[in-house]
Amino acid sequence: MTSHTLSVLVENTPGVLARVSSLFMRRGFNIDSLAVGPTEIPEISRMTIVVNVDQLPLEQVTKQLNKLVNVLKIVELDSSSAVERELMLIKVKTDPQTRGQVLETVNLFRAKVVDVATDAVTIEATGDAGKLTAMLNVLEPFGIREIAQSGRVAIGRGSRSITDRTLRTVPGAQAS
Amino acid sequence: MTEQIPEQLTGAQSLVRALEHAGVDTIFGIPGGAIMPAYDALFDSEQIRHILVRHEQGAGHAAQGYAMVTGRVGVCMATSGPGATNLVTAIADAFMDSVPIVAITGQVATHLIGTDGFQEADIRGITMPITKHSYLVTDVAEIPKVIAEAFHIAGTGRPGPVLVDIAKDALQSSAPFSWPTELALPGYRPTTRPHGKQVREAARLIAAAERPVLYVGGGVIKADAAAELKMLAELTQIPVVTTLMARGAFPDSHALHLGMPGMHGTVAAVAALQRSDLLISLGARFDDRVTGHLASFAPLAKVIHADIDPAEISKNRAADVPIVGDCREVIAELIGTLRKQADDDGVEGDYTAWTAQMLGIKAKFPVGYDRPESGLAPQMVIERINAIAGPEATYVAGVGQHQMWAAHYVDYERPRQWLNSGGAGTMGYAVPAAMGAQVGLPGEVVWAIDGDGCFQMTNQELATCAIEGIPIKVAVINNSSLGMVRQWQTLLYEGRYSNTDLNTGPESIGARRIPDFVKLADAYGCIGLRCDSEADLDATIEKAMAITDRPVVIDFVVERDAMVWPMVHGGASNDDIQIARDLAPEWDDQDL
Repeated sequence: MTSHTLSVLVENTPGVLARVSSLFMRRGFNIDSLAVGPTEIPEISRMTIVVNVDQLPLEQVTKQLNKLVNVLKIVELDSSSAVERELMLIKVKTDPQTRGQVLETVNLFRAKVVDVATDAVTIEATGDAGKLTAMLNVLEPFGIREIAQSGRVAIGRGSRSITDRTLRTVPGAQAS
Repeated sequence: MTEQIPEQLTGAQSLVRALEHAGVDTIFGIPGGAIMPAYDALFDSEQIRHILVRHEQGAGHAAQGYAMVTGRVGVCMATSGPGATNLVTAIADAFMDSVPIVAITGQVATHLIGTDGFQEADIRGITMPITKHSYLVTDVAEIPKVIAEAFHIAGTGRPGPVLVDIAKDALQSSAPFSWPTELALPGYRPTTRPHGKQVREAARLIAAAERPVLYVGGGVIKADAAAELKMLAELTQIPVVTTLMARGAFPDSHALHLGMPGMHGTVAAVAALQRSDLLISLGARFDDRVTGHLASFAPLAKVIHADIDPAEISKNRAADVPIVGDCREVIAELIGTLRKQADDDGVEGDYTAWTAQMLGIKAKFPVGYDRPESGLAPQMVIERINAIAGPEATYVAGVGQHQMWAAHYVDYERPRQWLNSGGAGTMGYAVPAAMGAQVGLPGEVVWAIDGDGCFQMTNQELATCAIEGIPIKVAVINNSSLGMVRQWQTLLYEGRYSNTDLNTGPESIGARRIPDFVKLADAYGCIGLRCDSEADLDATIEKAMAITDRPVVIDFVVERDAMVWPMVHGGASNDDIQIARDLAPEWDDQDL
């Protein structure tokens, strides 16, 4: 099994997230990560779905997804030709002795501190999965109190946009 | 031009007006609290006949039966909560068998949604995995648009059920009515026109094949492609098998027809698929009941798979040539391309030897049964109904042994002559689906071939049929047991008949005749007849045929140990087909 990143453009209607996630469940696919947000077109939302499946079942799930009336477009993004990012907030235990080392780690990973308490700091880090894992490994000895992590978001490299062609078919946006 | 001011309608009026615009003439349903405003508006409709059923499941199956015989979208209606959940089985059934229906349900008022209000159920959530699409309408202004979309989605592409759940306050408030002239469904564009390159590739494979088979599924009937299929088969002289859902897509009387494949398929149909070097699959989906053990299914064959639903292609069996498109267009293009290929390049397949060999197997292993020493053979009952009612009649089966016998022993000569619950296998389908079919075919003969188990699940609709003047004929093939399960218990569970005795048979077999189907029919205002011997068989059927003003129920008391043959055991390879218990066909060397 290999990890695949799907960018799914959907109509921004109630229930669309439930449709997509229940389809994955019903067809027996586990979602590793899911991120949903608006796009540059108000009527369209973008889901980035990470699934761990073989090529053949992936084709099946893509076809099933395409059958959902509210799904407009599905593109599989290859990590070599796309930028992939996850966001993580990490609360790390600190004391006067360790705070300096923690802050150094933050700098090394080009992360930043977004909250400070007497005995902890909260770090905001973005990056691909590999960078975040590496950073967590370094921070672990200090004591990680809490983690909040976003799903992966991804966008293809270069000037092309996956919403280009979809734009023409958005409800109400048709010319003439 | 003067701009017309749109008429102000309540949501309920708007719903009825929209349904009229969609061409609806019949709705099957039951009113209740949340849907009551719609029923009040329906009271004034001159176009729409509402048929009050006795259970919402009956409304759903009736809508399916109506849709299957007319080719139009069937409509059922129910109230919120239990009314809606009672539709679920029929919706699931329609989803599995690609039947176009629109289910309209009332929902509690918007401010109560999510509060566990009285008769609240999240029917949209419940039906999400078993609908083609679904809507929850809370804004009265959206009703016409949603209804227009629902009918479009249900009836086009691969047909299927669409649910429209409407909050009570949306039915009660008002908005200007306007029927949409255009639908904005950017994510819904079914491909009907096949890709020319794929069709040419298919034609090339067909010409190169030595042992091709046309593997025909229900999609051919849905696409109204039976005439094209006949043309293709006759042009190429390739033998045809029709799946359970496709019975009638190709005439049973046609020389090239090898019958039904699958778990209870004919020896010829199963053998043809197993030995084929090219399956030309048209609107079929390689269901496990057809393929048996998938890895050993048609092991030598390449596959051309044409279907309107791209997700069916290569789902179970990888296709060498995938063709996405409407079956009628695909077959028409294929015929054109094959002709052109023959004319221009002189390339034409010759399957004479193969076809002759398969027709030989068909002649050698016809579907048949042994007459019991005493009592009535269930297969004979169905054979005689077929002989007397003929191919003009419509046959609707439940699920189980009687369904398989009805698939084999009725001669299907035309599409839409045969209705059954294929994918879902819903016991209780027959009576309400026959009711819906009869409403779609007034004045014609509709036979429900039912089992004593199935019949007891939905026979309350006899009341609907009697009161609404829907004169269906019900043949209860009464073996006093859940026959198919009993057959498996005989074959696989050492005759341990755990919970399969229904006691609907006569005292002579130790049963208690509860209920007495003749009395039950009588209580429902139907004619009840009973037949337990060959001697009375034709006379009883003819008597039923003569009754046209009310429903007839015939209790055919049949021999209970009859089994469905041929049979491929669950999970076994099709190569291990048996024509009777522990009896494999005796192949000649030339058969193999």
